[in-house]
Amino acid sequence: MEGIVYLYVFVLAAFTGYEVISRVPVILHTPLMSGSNFIHGVVLIGAMVVMGHADPDSPLQLTLGFFAVLLGAANAAGGYVVTERMLAMFKAGKKKGAE
Amino acid sequence: MKWFIDISYVAVAVVFVLGLKAMSSPATARKGIVWAGWAMIAATLVTLFWPGMQNFALMIVAMVIGGSVAWWSGKNVAMTDMPQMVAIYNGMGGGAAAAIAAVEFARGEMHGGMVALLAVLGALIGSVAFSGSCVAYAKLQGIMKKAYRFPMQNQLNVGLAAVVGILGLAIVTATDPDGWAIVLFFVLSLALGVIVTSPIGGADMPVVISLLNAFTGLAVGFEGYVLGNPALVVAGIVVGASGTLLTQLMAKAMNRPITNVLFTPMTGEAQEGEAIEGSMREMGALDAAATMRYANKVIIVPGYGMAVAGAQHKVWEMSQLLEEAGVEVVFAIHPVAGRMPGHMNVLLAEAGVPYDKIFDLEEINAEFSLSDVALVIGANDVVNPTARTDKSSPIYGMPILNADQAQNVIVIKRGKGTGYSGIENALFYKENCSMLYGSAQQAVGEIISHVKSMEG
Repeated sequence: MEGIVYLYVFVLAAFTGYEVISRVPVILHTPLMSGSNFIHGVVLIGAMVVMGHADPDSPLQLTLGFFAVLLGAANAAGGYVVTERMLAMFKAGKKKGAE
Repeated sequence: MKWFIDISYVAVAVVFVLGLKAMSSPATARKGIVWAGWAMIAATLVTLFWPGMQNFALMIVAMVIGGSVAWWSGKNVAMTDMPQMVAIYNGMGGGAAAAIAAVEFARGEMHGGMVALLAVLGALIGSVAFSGSCVAYAKLQGIMKKAYRFPMQNQLNVGLAAVVGILGLAIVTATDPDGWAIVLFFVLSLALGVIVTSPIGGADMPVVISLLNAFTGLAVGFEGYVLGNPALVVAGIVVGASGTLLTQLMAKAMNRPITNVLFTPMTGEAQEGEAIEGSMREMGALDAAATMRYANKVIIVPGYGMAVAGAQHKVWEMSQLLEEAGVEVVFAIHPVAGRMPGHMNVLLAEAGVPYDKIFDLEEINAEFSLSDVALVIGANDVVNPTARTDKSSPIYGMPILNADQAQNVIVIKRGKGTGYSGIENALFYKENCSMLYGSAQQAVGEIISHVKSMEG
């Protein structure tokens, strides 16, 4: 039963992803790719849970967990900064660039 | 406590989807990423209270190192280098998903065929995304200059993928999988990512990065199932689906079907096309300035050459001067101008060009015939009319900007060479076209001083 519930989640999430960006203007393709790159940075919380349950006496588990958290945190932080920098520059009207 | 974490994850997933939605419109895009950022912080904080967790000291150290290094590098990278930064951060996400699977294998707690199957799939896709993204980064950063083609490349790709797949299945079905089989599985998965991306040239890299981004999303979603974490599943699959759509949009804009990108990389060898008649005409900065200063409408077509020269600020200064003199100036952006769809818009926005002066190919193409001047700066293939007419040309069928239909075409170009694809450009030989040789920075600077001297 669990499995089938997850199958629903998979399918509905896939439709959501497709619908949400289906009308995006070309000017936002790169920022949007960067933004979705940030969103899968949520892998960080999965890495934290795995690291938190790793056997403290197993160097192998700790090392792998350490890298999972490190890489996940880098994905989230880097993805945010880069996307925010790109989008900060989109402003309407004739105001001159402040940065 | 667990129920509070679960509810928080639902809220986080909703905010992510709303944030992504907001990011698909220029007016709300900035808000979207900020919302998503707060959701990420909230998710991280509540996860610290997950019941039964330990190893907090190491965990915090890893978060601080990974987060601060990425934050610092993201803050300091130049705008022209953004695509490779997206690639490398994406690779890290894939690596994290693969590492999660590795820890689960090391703990030996894979219950049930479905969990093991998705763990293995996520590990495979995550590893490919990790090593493939590293190759993409190295290529765009100029560390790895050549495209490496192995003998029988396509057979090698398929063969290695099959071996990895069989090994993965063996691990899924084994009751107590051998440790070395798992290690071998990861090594071969990483090798697969390298071998598939190595022969792909720099011009196709944006599509590859976008595809690997979708891959990482899928890997994250699969590992989310393994961990029983719906937030990871929703966020990962949403990115997987939207990333796939984005990849298709990019591939279509470049007229390079995704299968061609992966299996028949552009060779870059000179192609025999129809002979081009006529000769190129040269023009000085003064004439260029005068032509534009006394025009009614100028359309500027910027290309990657302008971005490399860092001339976007100068170009914007020039167009403001022209506007003060009563000339209408707009920018026409080809979908693949720059290095990725939308990259050029980001570069122009950085220079302060308001986005209501920037137009897509579909919006602007009809207006070239009504304009007095089309100013092409550091762009080549995207204005090559052979794409419309010459069936033997490798870029035949690619949508192009119809700059050739303007009354006058002025092309600022460093030298007489060909563009990224190595194809002669018929536009440069047309009668209404003049060439202004020099770096974009210097040429536009000269035009600015000449326009200033014409004031009054």
